[in-house]
Amino acid sequence: MTSGGILSSTEGELIARFVIGGAIVSVFATIAEVCRPKSFAGLFGAAPSVALTTLAIAIAQHGKDYAATEARSMVFGAAGFLVYAALASWILMRYKTRALATTSALLPLWLGASIALWFIASR
Amino acid sequence: MMVQAKLESLKGIKLHEWAVRFFFGGTVCVLAGLVARRFGPEIGGLFLAFPAIFPAGASMVEAHEKKHKARVGLDGTNRGRTVAGLDAAGAALGSFGLAGFAITCRVCLPHLGTGAVFVSATVVWAVLSVSAWLLRKSRIFRNMRGRRTTLNAFRNP
Repeated sequence: MTSGGILSSTEGELIARFVIGGAIVSVFATIAEVCRPKSFAGLFGAAPSVALTTLAIAIAQHGKDYAATEARSMVFGAAGFLVYAALASWILMRYKTRALATTSALLPLWLGASIALWFIASR
Repeated sequence: MMVQAKLESLKGIKLHEWAVRFFFGGTVCVLAGLVARRFGPEIGGLFLAFPAIFPAGASMVEAHEKKHKARVGLDGTNRGRTVAGLDAAGAALGSFGLAGFAITCRVCLPHLGTGAVFVSATVVWAVLSVSAWLLRKSRIFRNMRGRRTTLNAFRNP
């Protein structure tokens, strides 16, 4: 797809993101669902589902350099994910709190850790 | 423990649970695009590693385990939350693969075709994630774990 294709319109781009993103996330979630043990299935919780969709659309719209810049920042997002998931795991197993409440409440930690690491690396 | 694929576990998933995953996945991809548009690719790129469906997924893991225990007359609340914790531990290990995916894209995108980059990066993600998981379960780490509950849970997930 080129910048003159379906992705050139805002609505078309957002719909493409939603449909393709939802589909790819669902595929990885399905694989995770059938895998045992659960610690192995959890690997798919960090699958690059959002990245595949977003980078593909970024390349189509803005070119490879733009997407490469996004990929660089993604490294810090992944580091933030490590902090977030490790702490969520520890809290869930140590204090047996509700999974949805715990993992939702910790989302700002992912954002904070990711931005902090990106900021430090970009100075 | 060997890695297994239990296809029958798909039967227990309800339609609304599929819909939730699809909705959250799609919404996060839209969010990532909007953030990149508003703040540029450097900030937008952070959201490529957003824990997309993690809270919803962990909640479903907890609910499924609880239901599983309830079938045999047990209260599976604690077990469900422990399994959700194991799922999160696996995701933490998978984040090494996610970083590998990002680095591969960063390095290869200017030089290779899009398809080749995505295939290579996905292979790197899979290899790094599984390697981290295998290393975590290896004897080396097992001996270092001691009695800590979080880490001992890896032995008998």
